[in-house]
Amino acid sequence: MKVLVAVKRVIDYNIKVRVKSDQSGVDLTNVKMAMNPFCEIAVEEAVRLKEKGVADEVIVVSIGPKVAQEQIRTAMALGADRGILVETDEPLESLAIAKLLAKVVEVEQPDLVILGKQSIDADNNQTGQMLGTLAGMSQGTFASEINVGENCVEVTREIDGGLQTLSLNLPAIITTDLRLNEPRYASLPNIMKAKRKPLDVKTPADFGVNVISGLKTLLVESPQERSAGVLVGSVGELVEKLKNEAKVI
Amino acid sequence: MSILVIAEHDNGSLKDETLNTVTAAVQIGGNVDLLLAGENCNAVAEQAAKISGVNRVLVADHSVYAHQLAENISLLVTELAADYSHVLAPATTNGKNFMPRVAATLDVSQISEITAVVSVDTFKRPIYAGNAIATVQSMDKVKVITVRATGFDAAACDGSATIESLDKVTDAGLSSFVKEELAQSDRPGLTSAKVIISGGRGMGNSSNFNLLEQVADKLGAAVGASRAAVDAGYAPNDMQVGQTGKIVAPDLYIAVGISGAIQHLAGMKDSKVIVAINKDEEAPIFQVADFGLVDDLFDAVPELAHSL
Ligand SMILES: Cc1cc2nc3c(=O)[nH]c(=O)nc-3n(C[C@H](O)[C@H](O)[C@H](O)COP(=O)(O)OP(=O)(O)OC[C@H]3O[C@@H](n4cnc5c(N)ncnc54)[C@H](O)[C@@H]3O)c2cc1C
Ligand SMILES: Cc1cc2nc3c(=O)[nH]c(=O)nc-3n(C[C@H](O)[C@H](O)[C@H](O)COP(=O)(O)OP(=O)(O)OC[C@H]3O[C@@H](n4cnc5c(N)ncnc54)[C@H](O)[C@@H]3O)c2cc1C
Repeated sequence: MKVLVAVKRVIDYNIKVRVKSDQSGVDLTNVKMAMNPFCEIAVEEAVRLKEKGVADEVIVVSIGPKVAQEQIRTAMALGADRGILVETDEPLESLAIAKLLAKVVEVEQPDLVILGKQSIDADNNQTGQMLGTLAGMSQGTFASEINVGENCVEVTREIDGGLQTLSLNLPAIITTDLRLNEPRYASLPNIMKAKRKPLDVKTPADFGVNVISGLKTLLVESPQERSAGVLVGSVGELVEKLKNEAKVI
Repeated sequence: MSILVIAEHDNGSLKDETLNTVTAAVQIGGNVDLLLAGENCNAVAEQAAKISGVNRVLVADHSVYAHQLAENISLLVTELAADYSHVLAPATTNGKNFMPRVAATLDVSQISEITAVVSVDTFKRPIYAGNAIATVQSMDKVKVITVRATGFDAAACDGSATIESLDKVTDAGLSSFVKEELAQSDRPGLTSAKVIISGGRGMGNSSNFNLLEQVADKLGAAVGASRAAVDAGYAPNDMQVGQTGKIVAPDLYIAVGISGAIQHLAGMKDSKVIVAINKDEEAPIFQVADFGLVDDLFDAVPELAHSL
């Protein structure tokens, strides 16, 4: 079977962002960028399916600026076979991303599409589900385990109350949760090999997708900062303060 | 203006997040209807009819809705959406699952996890793990929104809405339910508890979480965990607090053996009072804690349980 994985270039998860002084957005100049952690998990799962002989081709797609090729190369170093970049300098929203991915799905006809459950910048948690509808596919979001069978895939999902297992008809969409797997590190020979793997570059216009958004970001502000409080010397003092000062117990 | 709120429930009882979502709807203004899709959920309908601010409770009772399969629920909501200016659902794993499908079918954007209503079309939402707050305006014909429960008070329950049943059955036939393993606990849920005590990697193993439970018993608290504790198998996934787990804002949050990574802080920094117990005085958790205790948790936590 064919597996398509969508990966996004985002700010490195260790970095605490700063809001620009004109409140137009967050300052991304010279900050370290990386593959969204949930997307790494998606790539890892696809590569494991290939290693198990379940998948025979893993294609990775990203939508973003030219430099997003770095994340596609990283995915190929982890084991993906080829890459597609839909190049755009516009910051696109989930719906536009899902529409573009739906076009890629139409061309590639994958049996399984794996995405991260959310990107750590926008924290939207939407793209996979939107793609599901647009491509007419079933979905297993927040997956912590997947088992591919004949014409179907069983997905265990992390939900608020615990775990839920669904059976999805193929083709299907899966979005990854943190505990699906632990991504490997790329080895140097594989990084070198990835440089020779095919990477196709397209534009949104090639797919005839309208990427105009119905949303406008008016303002981006810093949240109210919490300031550090006091250190207490003992458990007794802590209990006393919680009772009499904070009055929360 | 007319707003449709999707109720969160387990066929037996209504989940609290529904009440916060109704408050957000009331703040937007206009007529508020509640959709209850499930199976054998009459008791929930009775509960829902009491929520203040709700005009009608629309009940879709059928086996295709029993397990809240996103493909089926989103078809139902999409059909109903034609009559509404806004569709709101709680940002639970369930709301997050089906709402983007509704938005995409309607060809509109979804506004995820709003924490404040600025006007009928403008909302605030946290991005970058809560390190920035965006104000976004929607020009779309229908506004599809998920609501972060901690941003809004719970609606009161002294109303009397009418209950109407819907006979729409929308079965996409794409997926089916296999099984569920739900946590059994007598404690309050994390997202509704007034007090939470959470453990991190510092707890060392799963049986040490009993120490936290002893404190929780005394305070009527819920027990949470950091991702590191969940990954290490000390606690189940539904206990994870953080950017990618549950977002909580109790009156009192006690972090034990948790370092205070930004992803964890994203899930609890709106708590009213934060207490940190950690043996490392440099741990970043102390930068957000109202009361910090630098101590070994294996001494401090049992002592705390005793002194309550
Ligand atoms: C510089 C910049 C500024 C931005 N400013 C804003 C802003 O102010 N407001 C705003 O709403 N949006 C903004 N965006 C867009 C926003 O960051 C997201 O790209 C967009 O909202 C898509 O949704 P998401 O990443 O939150 O998707 P989610 O639904 O959270 O992501 C889930 C998964 O979808 C897949 N996916 C998402 N995006 C891509 C992609 N580009 N390519 C391949 N796979 C992908 C990945 O597998 C990912 O793990 C900006 C983007 C950039 C680059
Ligand atoms: C994409 C992504 C999403 C994430 N989402 C989340 C999330 O939702 N929630 C979350 O929590 N994390 C999340 N994380 C993980 C996060 O980055 C941290 O790794 C995690 O929060 C660390 O957990 P911890 O504080 O328990 O462990 P550590 O950072 O290892 O801290 C353990 C602490 O315990 C203290 N300690 C040890 N022994 C004792 C003792 N005997 N007495 C007192 N103190 C002791 C230590 O001093 C230390 O400060 C995410 C990471 C990524 C990449």
